[in-house]
Amino acid sequence: MAKPFSPQVVTANDLLDGDAVWLTAAGTWALNASAALVLDTAQDAARALAAATAQQGKVVGPYLADVSLDAGRPVATHTREALRMRGPSNYFHGKQESAENV
Amino acid sequence: MYNYTDFDHDFVRARVDQFRGQVARRVDGALSEDEFRPLRLMNGLYLQLHAYMLRVAIPYGTLNGRQMRQLAYIAERWDRGYGHFTTRQNIQFNWPRLRDVPDILDALADVQMHAIQTSGNCIRNVTADHFAGAAADEVEDPRPTAELLRQWSTDHPEFQFLPRKFKIAVSGAPTDRAVVRSHDIGLYLRRNDAGEAGYEVVIGGGLGRTPMVGKTVRDFVPKPDLLPYLEAILQVYNLSGRRDNKYKARLKILVHETGLDALRDQIEAAFIVQKAQFSGVNAQLLAEIEASFAPPSFNNTRSQVLEAALQSDPVLRAFVDTNVAPHKNPAYGIVTVSLKAIGQTPGDATAKQMRLLADLAETYGHDELRISHEQNVILPHIRRSDIPAVHARLKAAGLATANIGLISDIIACPGMDYCALATARSIPVAQAIATRFDELRLEREIGPIKIKISGCINACGHHHVGHIGILGLDRAGVENYQITLGGDAGRDMAVGERAGPGFGYDALVPALERLLDAYMAARESPAESFIETYRRLGAAPFKAALYPAEARNAA
Repeated sequence: MAKPFSPQVVTANDLLDGDAVWLTAAGTWALNASAALVLDTAQDAARALAAATAQQGKVVGPYLADVSLDAGRPVATHTREALRMRGPSNYFHGKQESAENV
Repeated sequence: MYNYTDFDHDFVRARVDQFRGQVARRVDGALSEDEFRPLRLMNGLYLQLHAYMLRVAIPYGTLNGRQMRQLAYIAERWDRGYGHFTTRQNIQFNWPRLRDVPDILDALADVQMHAIQTSGNCIRNVTADHFAGAAADEVEDPRPTAELLRQWSTDHPEFQFLPRKFKIAVSGAPTDRAVVRSHDIGLYLRRNDAGEAGYEVVIGGGLGRTPMVGKTVRDFVPKPDLLPYLEAILQVYNLSGRRDNKYKARLKILVHETGLDALRDQIEAAFIVQKAQFSGVNAQLLAEIEASFAPPSFNNTRSQVLEAALQSDPVLRAFVDTNVAPHKNPAYGIVTVSLKAIGQTPGDATAKQMRLLADLAETYGHDELRISHEQNVILPHIRRSDIPAVHARLKAAGLATANIGLISDIIACPGMDYCALATARSIPVAQAIATRFDELRLEREIGPIKIKISGCINACGHHHVGHIGILGLDRAGVENYQITLGGDAGRDMAVGERAGPGFGYDALVPALERLLDAYMAARESPAESFIETYRRLGAAPFKAALYPAEARNAA
């Protein structure tokens, strides 16, 4: 039996800053994962990834990441994605420095 | 130290100009990421989890005060005020912005540094014994050879598209401080029975997912034959190394699959052809490079300043005990500055600390610094009578941690806090181990031990050769840590044995506490180190300590 589809988001790194970014419903890129467009079907996910991949001038390496939902907001299900949403654990650097990015 | 010639200057500056154009074309859309990626990697620029990362070579781990100051300047001007020294004698900046990187490379070129060939399937930064030019046991300084190899391998037209990356290390001492046998090619400087200088050449070492101990392919290659001999090895590898599978593409796999003797025959055949094509200019070049590495003019006057200070200062005594190694000149000592303060990130130095190290090198250390693969900084030439003054200034800057070779002197790769390849974090694990054994006040009681942590199978943290190795893996999105025991990074390199199932993040430090309690209970005397006890008793008592429930069930 096929694995049930887990909600996904499209994430990438910003071309100029390298920072982790997430694709929004408006087709723009947000620094805060909670603004990400959550994709509920495999077809939607594939379509969103294709659209993101076309934005080569803005981002690098878009891919789909699994999330779970907490009150409608995407939450990382993988430690790696949790770190990308927050920043490194050894210094208070990256997104966690600014309340609006976490 | 070696000084750039006009050729070197022009070459490095031209590469910066090229890269400036490439970045501009990527930003304006003329280059796609697929086109740009190999170009940025050729210049040491990676894209990691939160930002770009620039990897700068510190060839054979040697730099002077001015260069260290420039690294501090780069850290403050374009990064987050610090740099991370790596296990390959590089420094990594974790937060550069793409548009700034050409300026950073220009700033590096200003002090004869670059990021060329710190990535890609080419010959990487050539590493060497970090006590080079200073160690009491040194037969010959390995750095002229390493510099010759840097010049030979940089932009070598035949070896820019190898099956996989290629690493070379050089040692000039009987004690191997450069993990020579873990490299694609390892060189031990030695003399033959006739007294001629040359090299024992080791090939096919490596860590990563298939760890292999390098094998001696030739006992003695005379100095003038080094480049033709290495050309022969590279040529055979370039033609026969596997390109069908990234995980089987390193020289170690070719050695393993072909067999050392058969591969040696191919190398020797290629060597005959190569040797005839070398004009001897390589030997002349090496002689010129050797002249530039002439030892500094040592001040041989002895004094009792250090001995007197040691009498009254137990903190200094502890520091000298662990962080000062014997120098070839008895009036001097080699001072290792630990970048492993308890609870700090292994290998990180702030711009302020870098400037202090530059000051100390200039004031007391013949303007020389070294970076070790163990992620510490070395002041290789400090007069013993100056050690109290150096120590006082290190202490004031938080750099006097007396832990070299002890449990908190941990190698750790950047791990999943930064690295896009990582499967688990390394840094917080190192911080937690150091902090815990400091709380327990057990560091000196445990004595010499090497813990090495990698955040993925690629083994940048050298976990295979740690007395205790820790490998961070991903189990369904959750970090899990495997322990290996009995590895050795020295001349008798050994790959550690996996102890058993992995531990969750929170269970790891308690497991290590049980392991080290078992060691202290089992050792014959406090003089018997962890690795000696392990070799005497084997893995069984240590496994029993790590997995007490299983041990009970078996009983």
